Amino acid sequence: MAYNCVVLAKQVPDTKRITGRAMNDDGTVNRSALPAIFNPEDLNALELALEIKQRYGGRITVMTMGLPAAGAILREALYRGADDAVLVTDIRCAASDTLATSYILSCAVRKVDWDIVLCGRQAIDGDTAQVGPQLAEKLGVPQITYVEELVEIDGRVITARRNIGNGWQMVRTKLPVLLTVTGEANEPRVAAAKKMMKYKTARTPVELQQQIKADHHDADEATIKKLVEKRCAELKQKGLLIEQWDLDYLGADLTWCGRSGSPTKVHRIQSVVLTAKESKDVEPSETAISQMIHELIEDKIIA
Amino acid sequence: MIDVNRNGEVWVFAEQHGGRLEETPIELMSKARRLADTLGVKLAAALLGDNVKTLAPKLIQYGADKVYLVEHPLLQRHQANSYASVIFDLIHKYEPQIVLYGATVTGRDLAPRIASAAKAGLTADCTDLQVGDHQAAGKNGLLHRNLLFQIRPAFGGNIIATIINYDRWPQMATVREGVMPPAEADVTRKGEIVVEKAELSEEHVPLEILEEHKRPKKVNLKAARVIVAGGAGLGSKENFRLVWDLANCLGAAPAASRAAVDLGYIDRDHQVGQTGTTVRPSLYVAVGISGAIQHQAGMSQSQKIIAVNSDPDAPIFQIAHYKIVGDLNDVVPKMIKALREKGIKEEKLQEAVETA
Repeated sequence: MAYNCVVLAKQVPDTKRITGRAMNDDGTVNRSALPAIFNPEDLNALELALEIKQRYGGRITVMTMGLPAAGAILREALYRGADDAVLVTDIRCAASDTLATSYILSCAVRKVDWDIVLCGRQAIDGDTAQVGPQLAEKLGVPQITYVEELVEIDGRVITARRNIGNGWQMVRTKLPVLLTVTGEANEPRVAAAKKMMKYKTARTPVELQQQIKADHHDADEATIKKLVEKRCAELKQKGLLIEQWDLDYLGADLTWCGRSGSPTKVHRIQSVVLTAKESKDVEPSETAISQMIHELIEDKIIA
Repeated sequence: MIDVNRNGEVWVFAEQHGGRLEETPIELMSKARRLADTLGVKLAAALLGDNVKTLAPKLIQYGADKVYLVEHPLLQRHQANSYASVIFDLIHKYEPQIVLYGATVTGRDLAPRIASAAKAGLTADCTDLQVGDHQAAGKNGLLHRNLLFQIRPAFGGNIIATIINYDRWPQMATVREGVMPPAEADVTRKGEIVVEKAELSEEHVPLEILEEHKRPKKVNLKAARVIVAGGAGLGSKENFRLVWDLANCLGAAPAASRAAVDLGYIDRDHQVGQTGTTVRPSLYVAVGISGAIQHQAGMSQSQKIIAVNSDPDAPIFQIAHYKIVGDLNDVVPKMIKALREKGIKEEKLQEAVETA
């Protein structure tokens, strides 16, 4: 029996590689200075979907809500074996918190036939781990979070092992279901050379538009529009046009999108600057170390 | 969501498993008590389970004015759907202004589901909570007073964000384990137990739990007064022996950075940091740890920090009280020697078992 999977992915700044240049003078993060990557645990989610496809058959659709640049991670998903890719992009998605994001994604997921939705446990920029469970609630399905292993799917019944902190749990439920997948679940495969050859020219309409505008900066709007349509049709014929949906296509209620759909708002951001109040340099000599130990005993830090 | 309700109570989700209260609700109670006092409202605990009523008086001793007790056989084991459904109903009946959960696996599985159903705001993994005012942007921006400031790291721990929610109440947050000191029990405290009934059926428990394996943690870092932590600088699992030896000398708990754990030098239970345990010991000795922000997040509240590293630019030195630039293979034996000379009682390290 085959199962259709939807994998939700996010393009994120690589927060693990923040260097001095990535921080502005006022302490804010210079996002444009950071490389944008496929959120690591979303790769684990995709890998689990690929495992399901290998074991049982079915199609994998990868979706992302993001800026036009997010087309890049959709290609990466196609290189690894996803069958379809969808970019949900709309200026009115901006400033969405997890509630608004899960609402928008639920509208997108509802557009396809699916049995299992897979998400990474959390994204490395927001670090909330909230979108998965909130999306499950909106889709009205059970959630299995912190999945480390898919044991089996038998008919409509799925069995998985999840991490519960200092141990694990084996759980079973009926499809449809949403899974959030941890970094420990698997080792995501690398892009397959043949698929890279095939999909490296895959583009979203907005990417085509940006490219054509750049190549024909003297042309008027009507000409650009025609060229874009032509290019889209060409790619579509070859199966290389990445789907692109906006909030109107999703039939989304704008009240629940973007800033107005986001109950949580940022009051303030501070860069992390941790400094000790008083600090001493201690020479790596026996005398200096002995003196330090003596002080700590005096201060009753060491018993 | 509920309307903004200035008389709303502050609630703590009293996470329990197998009839035992987890540590995080006890940690939350002391902070929640202060929030409730600042706002001039009551503090309550939401206690769900089967046969858990004996925990209710304990919650009152920890500072709750009220305990909302919901018992039902289908609540015997935690599950997001059933627990979310019950708490959703409680929220709409009693309209608390704040609901707090530990950012445990359970809390992070449960709270978002409630927030989604209630269309309320939720902030994850807070490291501090305060009460404050927020001036909304724009020329007609209102001044919102006495909001819950939900303070948390973001961007991989590189920034601290203060999040607020002024209109989609209750204000909800999950709070990181180990950042707040646990409440002390006052056996003379009195409070009220409100018994609520839950209407639950099999459809509320879609997950069947076939098997569960929990093992006690190899070390109780949160309870340790002194910690010796080693990083990738130790170079090998054999050399990590130095950390154990120094820990023995100090009667300390051995710990490690994520890098050392990933390299296999020591079990993950010993990991300190953003994705490990957060600790607040009297003394933290960081040996061969560079001190990336994710590690600092887990130990920066230590009373005194000694850092040993051969790299004078290691970020750990920014927060260390005692900075030793040198080779740990030389420095650690010197520290052990100095401790022995001072006649520090050496304890043979035992495997600490998590206390009740």
